[in-house]
Amino acid sequence: MAAPLTLLLVVAVTIRAALFRSSLAELIADRVEVVSPISAWKRVIEGLALLDLGVSPYSGDVFHETPLIIYLFHFVVDYAEITFMLADVITAVALYIAVKDVFLLFQSRKQKFALEADRYPMDCLELMRSPTEMYYIPLKVAMFYLLNPFTILSCVAKSTCGLNNAVFSLFFLTTIKGNMLLSAIFLCLATYQSIYPLTLCAPAMLYLMQRQYVPVNVRRASFWWFVAQYLFMYLGSLFVLVGLSFFLLGSWDYLPSVYGFILSVPDLTPNIGLFWYFFAEMFEHFRLFFLCVFQINVFFYTLPLSIKLKDHPVFLIFMQLAVISIFKSYPTVGDIALYMAFLPVWSHLHRFLRNIFLVSCVLLACSALFPVLWHLWIYAGSANSNFYYAITLLFNVAQILLVSDYFYAFLRREHHLTYGLYLKRKDGSEATLVLK
Amino acid sequence: MAAPKCGLSVFLFILFGLTITTLADGHGSTLTDGQNAGAADSPEAAEPAAERPVLEERRWEATEVQEATSSDAADGKQETSPPQTVITPSVPQPKDDFQEELVIRPLHSGDIYASFQFRTLWETDFMRGNKVSHYRLFPKSLGQVISKFSVRELHISFTQGYWRTMQWGQPFLPSPPGAELWVWFQDTVTDVDATWKELTNVLSGIFCASLNFIDSTNTVQPSASFKPLGIGNVTDHRFLRYATLPREIVCTENLTPWKKLLPCGSKAGLAVLLKSEKLFHSSFHSQAVHIRPVCRDWQCRSMSWELRQTLNAVFDLHTSGQGKREWSLFKMFSRTLTEACPLASSSKIYIDVTDNPEVLFLSFDLSPATSLLSQAVVLGDRRTFSVYDLTQQATFGSVRSLNLLIRWKSSDGDMLRPLLHAERYVAGYGLQAGEIHTLMYNHHPFRSFPVLLLDSVPWYLRLYIHTLTVTSKGKDNKPSYIHYQPSKDRVRPHLLEMLVQLPPNSVTEVTVQFERALLKWTEYTPDPNHGFYVGSSVISSLVPSTVAMDTNSTQEMPLFSSFFPNKEESSYFVRVYTEPLLVNLPTPDFSMPYNVICLTCTVVAVGYGSLYNLLTRSFQIEEPNPGLAKRIANVIRRMRGVPPLS
Repeated sequence: MAAPLTLLLVVAVTIRAALFRSSLAELIADRVEVVSPISAWKRVIEGLALLDLGVSPYSGDVFHETPLIIYLFHFVVDYAEITFMLADVITAVALYIAVKDVFLLFQSRKQKFALEADRYPMDCLELMRSPTEMYYIPLKVAMFYLLNPFTILSCVAKSTCGLNNAVFSLFFLTTIKGNMLLSAIFLCLATYQSIYPLTLCAPAMLYLMQRQYVPVNVRRASFWWFVAQYLFMYLGSLFVLVGLSFFLLGSWDYLPSVYGFILSVPDLTPNIGLFWYFFAEMFEHFRLFFLCVFQINVFFYTLPLSIKLKDHPVFLIFMQLAVISIFKSYPTVGDIALYMAFLPVWSHLHRFLRNIFLVSCVLLACSALFPVLWHLWIYAGSANSNFYYAITLLFNVAQILLVSDYFYAFLRREHHLTYGLYLKRKDGSEATLVLK
Repeated sequence: MAAPKCGLSVFLFILFGLTITTLADGHGSTLTDGQNAGAADSPEAAEPAAERPVLEERRWEATEVQEATSSDAADGKQETSPPQTVITPSVPQPKDDFQEELVIRPLHSGDIYASFQFRTLWETDFMRGNKVSHYRLFPKSLGQVISKFSVRELHISFTQGYWRTMQWGQPFLPSPPGAELWVWFQDTVTDVDATWKELTNVLSGIFCASLNFIDSTNTVQPSASFKPLGIGNVTDHRFLRYATLPREIVCTENLTPWKKLLPCGSKAGLAVLLKSEKLFHSSFHSQAVHIRPVCRDWQCRSMSWELRQTLNAVFDLHTSGQGKREWSLFKMFSRTLTEACPLASSSKIYIDVTDNPEVLFLSFDLSPATSLLSQAVVLGDRRTFSVYDLTQQATFGSVRSLNLLIRWKSSDGDMLRPLLHAERYVAGYGLQAGEIHTLMYNHHPFRSFPVLLLDSVPWYLRLYIHTLTVTSKGKDNKPSYIHYQPSKDRVRPHLLEMLVQLPPNSVTEVTVQFERALLKWTEYTPDPNHGFYVGSSVISSLVPSTVAMDTNSTQEMPLFSSFFPNKEESSYFVRVYTEPLLVNLPTPDFSMPYNVICLTCTVVAVGYGSLYNLLTRSFQIEEPNPGLAKRIANVIRRMRGVPPLS
């Protein structure tokens, strides 16, 4: 297994290195789909330049990355390309190991026990995945991440989104490995980078509880004790990070400039998300209201999803990632690439997907249309902002359909695992399943 | 006609330091004035007599000893020297004093430049506890502004058109297109921003201008470019505010309140000429008000307040002059002069005759002729002026009206190129990014000099300071001082100030990249596709004097005076404004806020709805749904009491 992975890494790094050397790199770095005001490399450089001039990078409205990033690049700015490639490699390897763990060790064992205990109806055997099928899933995950054009673009543009993805993947790996402290630390790092991963607290705790056989039951003291432990570690490391940032810069300026910027969306530069045009066209007295609605929307799904999926924390992580990347204020294609890397994990759901063909066609078409309509609007002047806006809308609808389709398929498979695959009506005719 | 007995002796005129003449020691405090003093005595007495006014106004430029035309004119027509106020510290001065003058300079392009200056000096102190309530010459509206807002210095200008430095040379008082306002507050002001806001609103009312649009998004605090011009050694730029409104249109409604500030209004004196129908039919029009404290005497024991109102206009050869190189007061202003302002202590017209110095070679004719000449070093260049004193009845001649006529004989002649000039443009295409190029030309053949460049760029053009490059002669020219204040969205603009050394005979190019922001739809101006204005860059510099470089003038001088360059003439202060920029921004569709709100909310609702659906419902086997006909039949059967159909 190591050989294909090594080959994959070599191929991925070669592609990136070749693109870095080509003239495309500059073009990609300016694409609004690939970089957001937070993650743009140009702005990181600007922050460093401001620091060199003796001006606080947060005194202006150009730099919005966290103090740790600026200190990281203070030292490795000359090796930025290597840093970003390394971040992608780390993400891929961490996902690879984590997914391998999930399937080969944990899930297959669980499945085996369940089969032996005759928990599943007999006709559900075809819903099971054989170990040989599962064998290549980790490699596919790594490949989906490394060779995804979105990831490559993001890496070549040196979008700091790649670093956030690496932090997330390390969080995922340590959670899967069952290391509570490291999991909390990496989750805290991810939160520190961009608030939204906060919602991943719930799946992380659910997974760790599952691993340590703590019952997920609100009436049990052991449940609350576990939650308290995890939250203590999480908040403790968050406190340390925030304090560290304060001591690095000697001021609290970064709090409004990073988190205020993410939450209040003052920069309306077009991107692939839903926020920019909505708030450009918003009536001023409704702005705050809709801002709250849209931001709450990102965090809102955590609780119901955790309740519904409390036995499947890995799928919950996938759902949370997708919700974040669709509804966050400054999304980029790098965020999408991260949750798309999980798609091979759910390959056994494909028979229940309803409109995967349509959705993938729409996603592909939108990805191609983004640069076209951008050119028509910004450079040719023959289109206006509505064209680009329409494409972002469609792109987001497609993403929503994709995610809800996977959710549907997952729930349906779970239903079949309980009630059998070929359901019959009372009169013996073939039944159709509906949601009621 | 009080002609003093001066035929035998040499005359001494102090004249006219009309524009900013800089102090060599680099304090940056400058001096602009037209004051006339003379001393008619023996040659040995002339020196100290000349010295006194010099000291009184701190720095007078080269006071030239000059007999008007020839020796016979000296004993013949001595209509010169008006009742000149020989200002000495011992003589008690009047409480306030008003002077007016007009300088006309024929330009090489055939256009003509007219510059009015009105100066009111008042020996009072607004800042003292007792309220100043009795106003005579000084306008009450401005006096109240000074005392209410604790203003130390106030400079405001309204300009229509762009001064073409390469065609017209340096103006006496530079000003950027649109409105410019800069104010130094007293250090007793605690909340400078609030005072500034209030002051701009008041000035907006006084001058009928949109100065109330000055807010924090276009106000900066330059750290080095704008030093106080009056007395006071304040260097703490917390008390300085600078703002420009490049889009401001200047018209009659700004001129009328400006004229009302004059003691004679537009009823008498030079202000009679200021008729808006002609003034605004010019290629360049600029009116300004400068208020500053100045020294009352040479020891500077007490101070006076100086109000200087200036108005500059350039009349175009083709539109105003019908293509003929022939100018008169009537042609320019459609008025002639009949009297001086009775309240004025001095009222003069200066015609720049530097270009026809010799009687033999006249490039233009001047009528009526005057024998009174004066020389001054203006902007580093020695200029000769013909002077008409309006307080002398003889000036108006027998027709009781003065209509100066300037008629060109030949159109050749070379203009001395301005040593410093600058231009600016936006490069790049598309609405995403761009690059601002500022070109600064040093035309001096062998001297390099430093310039201070000030750029104030609105926040919606996001400057990337790491892309700043300064190159001259193809080489990187690292600025020795950079003061950069990044912008805050919707709060404050970018401020970039830097000190660049311009090598001799070179072009220095400053480039910086920017990104155009998409604004909220309510933040666009009424005509968003017209573009957004970016105010002029300001280039302030001490430029080496052309006098020092001019070998002709040194030839005439005694050898002992010409080896070391004269300190005061060796450099002079110049401020150059570049063109304002017009930048297009991407625009949203203004017609569809409702549609966008509806559509985006729909998408969010699709996400919410599909997840809600899956979260709250569970899978069930679909029971066959009886058809509509069957259901209706069953209802009827139930009413009839018959068992329903299955």
